Amino acid sequence: MGWATIYSTTLAEEQPNVFDTSKLYGKQLLWIGMSFFLVIIILSVEAKFYQRFASVIYILALLVLLGLPFFGKTIAGQTAWYSFGSFSIQPAEFVKAAAALAIAKYLTGINVSLKNFKNQLQVLLLMLLPMALIMLQPDAGSALMYVAFIIPLYREGLPGIYLIIGALIISIFLTTIKFGAIYVSLAILLLSIIMLYFKRKSKPNYALPFLVVALCIGFSFASNFIFDKVLQPHHQDRFELILGMKSDPLGAEYNTYHSKVAIGSGGLTGKGWLQGTQTTGKYVPEQHTDYIFSAVGEEWGFVGSSLVVLLFCSLMFRFWFLAERQKSPFNRIYGYSVLSILFFHFAVNIGMVIGIFPTVGIPLPFFSYGGSGLWGTLILIFIFLKLDAKRMDL
Amino acid sequence: MRKLLPFLLISLVAFIFLGRLVYLQLIDDSYKEVALEFSTKKVYDYPQRGYIFDRNGELLVANQPAYDVMAVPLDVEPFDTIAFAEILNISPERLKNQLRKAWVYSPRLPYIITPQLTKKEYAYLQEQLHKYDGFYIQKRQLRDYQTNSGANFLGYIAEVNQRDLDRNPYYQSGELIGRQGVESQYEEILRGTRGVKYYQRDNFNRNIGSYENGVFDTIPKKGKDLTLTIDLALQAYGEKLMQNKWGGIVALEPETGEILALVSAPSYDPDDLVGRKRSRNYTKMWYDSISKPLFDRGLQAMYPPGSPFKVFTGLAALQEGVVGLNEKFSCYGGYSYGRSDRMGCHAHASPVEMISGIAYSCNSYFAQVYRRTIEKFETAPIGIEAWSKHMKSFGFGNFLGYDLKVGRKGRIPDSTYYNSAYKFKWYATATLSNAIGQGEIETTPIQLANAIAAVANRGWFYRPHILKEIDGSAIKDSVYTVKNKTTIDEKYFEPVIDGMHDVYKYGTARYLQVEGIEICGKTGTAENFTRIDGERKQLTDHSIFVAFAPKDNPKIALAVFVENGGFGARYAGKIASLMVEKYLKGNISRTDLENWILTHSLEEEYAKPYSGEEFKINQ
Repeated sequence: MGWATIYSTTLAEEQPNVFDTSKLYGKQLLWIGMSFFLVIIILSVEAKFYQRFASVIYILALLVLLGLPFFGKTIAGQTAWYSFGSFSIQPAEFVKAAAALAIAKYLTGINVSLKNFKNQLQVLLLMLLPMALIMLQPDAGSALMYVAFIIPLYREGLPGIYLIIGALIISIFLTTIKFGAIYVSLAILLLSIIMLYFKRKSKPNYALPFLVVALCIGFSFASNFIFDKVLQPHHQDRFELILGMKSDPLGAEYNTYHSKVAIGSGGLTGKGWLQGTQTTGKYVPEQHTDYIFSAVGEEWGFVGSSLVVLLFCSLMFRFWFLAERQKSPFNRIYGYSVLSILFFHFAVNIGMVIGIFPTVGIPLPFFSYGGSGLWGTLILIFIFLKLDAKRMDL
Repeated sequence: MRKLLPFLLISLVAFIFLGRLVYLQLIDDSYKEVALEFSTKKVYDYPQRGYIFDRNGELLVANQPAYDVMAVPLDVEPFDTIAFAEILNISPERLKNQLRKAWVYSPRLPYIITPQLTKKEYAYLQEQLHKYDGFYIQKRQLRDYQTNSGANFLGYIAEVNQRDLDRNPYYQSGELIGRQGVESQYEEILRGTRGVKYYQRDNFNRNIGSYENGVFDTIPKKGKDLTLTIDLALQAYGEKLMQNKWGGIVALEPETGEILALVSAPSYDPDDLVGRKRSRNYTKMWYDSISKPLFDRGLQAMYPPGSPFKVFTGLAALQEGVVGLNEKFSCYGGYSYGRSDRMGCHAHASPVEMISGIAYSCNSYFAQVYRRTIEKFETAPIGIEAWSKHMKSFGFGNFLGYDLKVGRKGRIPDSTYYNSAYKFKWYATATLSNAIGQGEIETTPIQLANAIAAVANRGWFYRPHILKEIDGSAIKDSVYTVKNKTTIDEKYFEPVIDGMHDVYKYGTARYLQVEGIEICGKTGTAENFTRIDGERKQLTDHSIFVAFAPKDNPKIALAVFVENGGFGARYAGKIASLMVEKYLKGNISRTDLENWILTHSLEEEYAKPYSGEEFKINQ
């Protein structure tokens, strides 16, 4: 329950940023007010309930997602909302918790081991189902978030080779876009020859390294193709901007550019609450949702923005600590999932706002405007807190 | 080990983020400037432009408010276009067109629908404006001319163009800047300092309040008033006399170098270049390539000075000691030099010495005196150099350095000039026309007036200038308060001045005496040519006159050029005489003379070269 403090401080900081129009601000306050009841409900539910009904919740969540194309409301090209009067609910925000419960439940099943390829596939399916449904909306940012589950999976025994392969794929992809397939291939060859040279005494098997190198080079050439043919032009832009291959402050880079300007102009202590020239001038689009951190950076400066970063870190460390102290694997896996989801949001959102990560539409927990996001996060966290409170009752 | 992954990831990301924040917020300062540029808007507060007075405190130029009708398209509600267009005094089509342009410019920003309504138009509009949402009035200052004289030296104000913007970062698009004349020369004094208010603006460029509560805002400073050296009465009188004639009058006060009158004819009413009618009128005058009303003939026209130049030929000869004061030369109706070369002269008493030579304007006398001056030296080039130096000390042959922007160098030939003009060795006789102010010599009216002022001062002059006081305190610029000495000794001026005095007594201007004023002058008649269909054709002579008065302690020195006015006394002499009387006495006693000038037009003369028919000159 110590996290209520963090919650309330984030609330205080949230106000200036949603003050922009009284309507949004009022709505958000209502969401916050109602969230207390939500928390009470979550906390009053028996801890065992979450574990027992995880699969039911998961299936219900999937059904809700499935219903979107038929009953959903379309805003800005995304059919991601159910509308009730003037309030809208975005189910994808709640499905995170359901998926986390389901994965935790699955992994605690008898004879389930992540060393086992079949089990790996089944977990992947658990992740892919909501991902695919969210992709249909389409909401790439929220869908991408399911990648975060790789952290609890690794904790629970997923072979490290997957992480290495993932890292390899990303780095080859990015370097190929930046430098071209030929240079990347040469670099890979050079690296592998050097590595083999140092290992020559142990008489290694040459077949496997050869295969890896061949695959890497193959992928390098493939990435060019993927980049040019599979990705949409606006996705290409985002990669090229981050890799410094082009500059377009008036077009594709507009958001990032103005967000950097806003943060950069904050200086050490910022311009003060409601004094940010860029914030009050609404130069950064979506500054009350995905780009809210730019307002923090401008109005509270380095002191405020680094404090926010540190608070997030301490929150995540705290979850890490809490998750590790759980006796029940279900609780631990769920805790790790909460931590990972938070981490993904934090890393991707702030990374995007300060211009070191490609633009991905994903909110910053506790800060961004949006009731569903707030509730989704609260549900995630308070289920875990409830589980943690009852960790001794086995 | 698997437990540590979250710790490592979180630490790594936090480290990267903090590093990035340090860079963005603490190290790289450029974002602050960019943010300020994006988020603030400067709104300027323009001060009143300084007034302009004449030397007697007569107000020449003041300011008047003008009213721009502005519209913010988003705020405009449907309205009766025809009625509103009628109020604005424009066609409904134009009104609709302007509104369309305003939409294209920006739906949220104000746009000028019709600029510069007069006070009267505005008064009527003001009553009606409340019916039309989205329209409002923006006030601005225009010049209000209290006189219709002096357009050429007053100049005008107009919106800055791209060249001004490139050259001077002070100006913003749409601001007004002085053009030509005093408005341009003393722009920075007249305009004052504008005030600036910083507003915060949003991403649609709308104002969203004052920036930092206005700590960076500044208050506008009113432009300073200028007092010119011009005497409005004399200026206006000069312009009146020059009506239907082309040419220039420059009148100076010899003891100060102050410009009393600077007449250029034809000219225009300065009010023609105010407000909405400016563009149309300016274009019309710009394309008038025949009478060139925008051309300041007093400063820019280069004429052969003709006989007044004999004064300087005489002075140079006396200074070089090549002629005695009483040395007489006979005039046989001209002067023959060389086998078949002869310079003509008109009928007058003969023989003549210096004084009567000037009085009768004898060509032969000055041709011989000039020849002696050049031939005193070993070779003609050395002689020309010495002579040229004397002439240039009077301000001929180069920019005078007065405080107006336009001007010409004129021409005093030197040895280099003739060396390149003649392939073979040349002698003094080749340059003989210089003696009588013809040939290669060209001067502007102000140069000649200045040289006559130097004669009146017996050997020195102050650089001519038009600015007398700034906000009531006299100018201290050393350019205009340090004497320029000529190369001629003071003692040589007296006989020459006597000669100029005799011009009025018995000489070429004996009928133009002004009663009660000891006046000195010199007539001039200059041949001039034009090209018609590629053929060199002589036109009626220019009528030229220089004068100063009174003889002792001169108060006014002037040069008058009347294009194609015939011999010197015919037009220029009369005008000079009337100008002197006007300035020194204040009223004109010889109304018949005045009447003659006012009723005689030279338009017919100016039409001759363009008539396409054969014409006769000097009639």
